[in-house]
Amino acid sequence: MYTQALDTHGKEPVPSPAAEAAGLAARFQARVDAEEKIEPKDWMPDPYRQTLIRQISQHAHSEIVGMLPEGNWITRAPSLKRKAVLIAKVQDEGGHGMYLYSAAETLGVARADLIEQLLSGAAKYSSIFNYPTLTWADIGAIGWLVDGAAIMNQIPICRCSYGPYARAMVRICKEESFHQRQGFEIMLVLAQGTREQRTMAQDALNRWWWPSLMMFGPSDADSRHTAQSMRWKIKRFSNDELRQKFVDITVPQAHFLGLTIPDNELRWDEAAGSYRTGAIDWSEFHAVLRGNGPCNRERLEARRAAHEAGRWVREAAAAHAARERARQAAAAAAGERHGG
Amino acid sequence: MADEWPLFEVFIRSRSGLEHKHVGSLHAADARMAVEHARDVYTRRQEGVSIWVVRSADIIASDPAEADALFEPARDKVYRHPTFYAIPDEVKNL
Repeated sequence: MYTQALDTHGKEPVPSPAAEAAGLAARFQARVDAEEKIEPKDWMPDPYRQTLIRQISQHAHSEIVGMLPEGNWITRAPSLKRKAVLIAKVQDEGGHGMYLYSAAETLGVARADLIEQLLSGAAKYSSIFNYPTLTWADIGAIGWLVDGAAIMNQIPICRCSYGPYARAMVRICKEESFHQRQGFEIMLVLAQGTREQRTMAQDALNRWWWPSLMMFGPSDADSRHTAQSMRWKIKRFSNDELRQKFVDITVPQAHFLGLTIPDNELRWDEAAGSYRTGAIDWSEFHAVLRGNGPCNRERLEARRAAHEAGRWVREAAAAHAARERARQAAAAAAGERHGG
Repeated sequence: MADEWPLFEVFIRSRSGLEHKHVGSLHAADARMAVEHARDVYTRRQEGVSIWVVRSADIIASDPAEADALFEPARDKVYRHPTFYAIPDEVKNL
């Protein structure tokens, strides 16, 4: 669910002249321009492949790490209903990670290598998950704002030129809507509750608003990959366009809740038919991406611990499967001898 | 990683009367685990009534580079389609 343009640190891939000479690149671009989907075994320029591997795997990692801040509240959800809903949501995030790893693997990378990149800290994931979930209202704010921003980012990727990614996104977007609505409903109940509950809802909005806006990635002026990704139809709208859409639909929702957007400079621009926000503190975004957010170390340690704790299960299952295969092969060989 | 679980392709029949359709892939130690994982990954909202899994390595696919040789011959055989035949309007039920 959580794509983010994290393209501030990758190296710009360079097109291969040999492929261009062969005319393959031109044919590829013509297919993309004609809105044809590119499928795994089709020829594609290596930079396109590498860009997709990076983007899809970062997206998958974000889903997996995204299970942590919400999982934090499963045992403390305020009712059985909220607990069941939260478990279902966290399970969906795990599922989304699986769809995306599976899409990335069609590009010729091994899942084990992608996971290794996450655990070693070499791969990026969405900066938003490096913030802590301090109160129950944070679970509401995450569903409403973080999933809301993710949906805004992800709907256009359903039309991505790469077939497996587009198909995974269609599946994910269908499931996201529940995530956002359950989050808004949590906020609604708190906003209509006691003074303490309203304060808690406002506090969550205060803490999640700016990080949610940062989820759309650096501003267009600083986004190095946007133009190429648009030519390849991996990306359909710029970071700033999507961020603006998100602000325009979310501000009225906050008003409905009776909550205040934590931005003194926020104002309605009548001529543009849009809200104008104050400046985003990009130094915070870059600090979090570099590993210095409130929870970066904790998140990676949790993933590493889970991976290590599950090692014996993976090894036992593989050993069991190997023994079964050997047993079946022996039985088949004995059957042949007997029959012959 | 030598001991990585193999990749399986997953096919789901969404309801009786429809064909199984490819939905994605997953890793599992063996076929039985692949079915169980497919249940969790691909049918959390009653998307299926039946699951097929097959080792990805066992799938034999046509080569996109040979797509023209394979599929081009059908392109000029419009006479395989009913609309190829001009039938007077007054003839009914044809």
